Amino acid sequence: MISRHLRHLQPHYDVLVVGSGPAGLAAAIGARETGAQRVLIVDREREAGGILLQCIHSGFGLHAFKEEITGPEYAERYLERALEADVDVLEDAFVMDVKAEGPPRDPTGNGGRPGRQRVKLMSPTVGVRVVEATSVVLAMGARERTRGAIHIPGDRPAGVLTAGLAQKMVNLHGYLPGRRIVILGSGDIGLIMARRLTLEGCEVAGVFEIMPYVNGLGRNVVQCLQDFDIPLHLSTTVVDIHGHDRVERVTVAPVDDRLEPVMDKAWDIACDTVLLSIGLIPENELSRRLGVRMDPLTNGPIVASTFETSLPGVFAAGNVVHINDLADWVSEQALLAGRSAGQFVTGGLPPDDNIRILPGDNVAQVVPHSVASERIHTVYFRVRKPIYGDTYVKLGDLHRRKVRAAVPAEMITMKVAPRLLRDFHGDALHVHAAPVEQEQAR
Amino acid sequence: MTAVERYTYLCTGCPLGCRLEVDAVEGDIIEIRGFECAKGKRYARDEHTDPRRPVSTTVAISGGALPRLPVRTADAVPKDVVPQVAVALRDVRVRAPVRRGDVVLTDVLGTGIDVIASRGMVALD
Repeated sequence: MISRHLRHLQPHYDVLVVGSGPAGLAAAIGARETGAQRVLIVDREREAGGILLQCIHSGFGLHAFKEEITGPEYAERYLERALEADVDVLEDAFVMDVKAEGPPRDPTGNGGRPGRQRVKLMSPTVGVRVVEATSVVLAMGARERTRGAIHIPGDRPAGVLTAGLAQKMVNLHGYLPGRRIVILGSGDIGLIMARRLTLEGCEVAGVFEIMPYVNGLGRNVVQCLQDFDIPLHLSTTVVDIHGHDRVERVTVAPVDDRLEPVMDKAWDIACDTVLLSIGLIPENELSRRLGVRMDPLTNGPIVASTFETSLPGVFAAGNVVHINDLADWVSEQALLAGRSAGQFVTGGLPPDDNIRILPGDNVAQVVPHSVASERIHTVYFRVRKPIYGDTYVKLGDLHRRKVRAAVPAEMITMKVAPRLLRDFHGDALHVHAAPVEQEQAR
Repeated sequence: MTAVERYTYLCTGCPLGCRLEVDAVEGDIIEIRGFECAKGKRYARDEHTDPRRPVSTTVAISGGALPRLPVRTADAVPKDVVPQVAVALRDVRVRAPVRRGDVVLTDVLGTGIDVIASRGMVALD
C-alpha cells in the first residue's frame, strides 16, 4: 500500500475515526467534504484497509467505482482518496477508550453543540496518548462467530478455525490451514474460502449449512462451489469433531424441521481442518463502554439517519452498526456518517429525525433507526425468513415496492423520500416484507 | 420440429444474482430472459457459449512487509483454465516495490490475458 507515516499526532482533531476499513476510510473522506479540517483515522493493524486487504477476490467496487475490483484495490483507492484529502492515518495504534464530554443534547432538537471526546490510544510509536476530538466515528467493523457461539460438541484439537482467519493465513501470510477441509456454514467468506483453498490444491470435502437455504450470495454458490464441484449440503450440520492433537474427522447429520440432528442418518468425513463461516458480530466493545444505546436486533448502536448514535457527536458506520453484504454499501453509509460528523463540527448538522423506523412483518432488523420527513434516505433491512418469488417490501401503508425475492442473506434497500411522508403525522413506521400473493389475498 | 432446449444460469455479474434463462435450438441461442441489465444479457450469452471467470490468487514477494502479493487476471479467463492459471502463478516470484496494476505475468497460459498486482507494496529498507 501507499505509505505515509504520521509524524506528529495533534492534540486535537475535528473528527477522529476508529478503524480504517471500508467504513473508516469513507467516513474520513466524508468528514473532510463537509468542512472538518483535521481528521484522523486510527487503526490497530500495521497498514490501513481493514479486512479488505485479505479479500483478494473480485466483486468489490461495482457501486463505488462502476467496475469489479478486488478488496486490496478497493482499499488502496479509498486510502489514496483519503490521503489526497489530507486525512491523517495512524496505524499500529489501538483505541483503548473514548469518553464523551459533550454538553447534553439540546432538547429543542437543534442537534448537539460541539462538545468533545477524549480518545485514549496506545501505539509503539506514540505510546499511550489522550487525543481530543470534537466528533468520533466508530468504524471498528465486525468479528467472526467462533465455535463457542454454536456449541459444537466433540474434541478440542487443532484445525478448527474461522473462515476469515484461514483467509488471512492464506492470502496475507502464505500458509495453508490444512489439506482436507470441511466448511461449516454457508456465509460468503466460507464460500470464497472453499474456492480459494481448492485453487491452492486443498480438497474441500463439502460445505454444510444447518438452514434449508444458503447464507451467502447466490453468485458465490455458482462461482465458488458449482464451478469446482464442491458439494453443498443444506439442512445438515457438524455434530461432532474428532481428533486428539489435530482434527481427524467430523460427524455430520441432517437436521429435522426443528433443526435437531437426525443421528441415525449421520455419517463421518475424514478431514484435518474445519472452517467456520457462521456469521459476523459487530465489534462494539468501545461503543458499549462509551455508553451508546444498542439495538439487540443488529447488535450495533442505534443510529439516526445521520448515523449519529445516542451520544451527540458520536457517529457509527459500517459493520459496527449492522452486518452488510457488500463493502460498497458500507462505504455509502460511512460517507454519510462522515459527512454528518463534519457537519457536527461546523454546526451544520440537520435537525433531528422525527419518525422512528421499526422492523415489522418478517423483517429482522432495520437501519437507520429513524428518519426525517423532509429529507431523502435509504433504509437498509433484512428479512427474517426467506421468501422465494415476488415480494412486496413496504413502509407502513405509505409505500410498497416489488422485489424478486427476499432472503436473509441479502440486504434489501428502500428509498424514503419526503413525498412519501408528506401526509404522515405518526411518529413511527414499520418496514414489512410479504409475498405478493398473500398481499393480494388480503 | 426441433425442440427448444432451456438452460438456466445465475448471473454472477453483480450481487443481485439474476436468474437467467436461455432458450436454444441445436446450440443456437434464440432467446434470453431474466436479465435486469445489458451485462446480464451478455453474461447469459457468454455463459452459454464461452463461460469465463476472473481469477484471484497470490504470488511470492520478497523485500516487502508481507510474503504474499495478491494478484488477479486483468480480465476473465475461460472457466476451464481457472485451476491451471492458479497453478501457473505458484512459481511466480516478484520483488518489492510493486505498484497496483503492475503486470506480474503476461499472457497467462496463452489466453492473451495478463495477471496484475491487486495492491502496491513498498520495499522495506
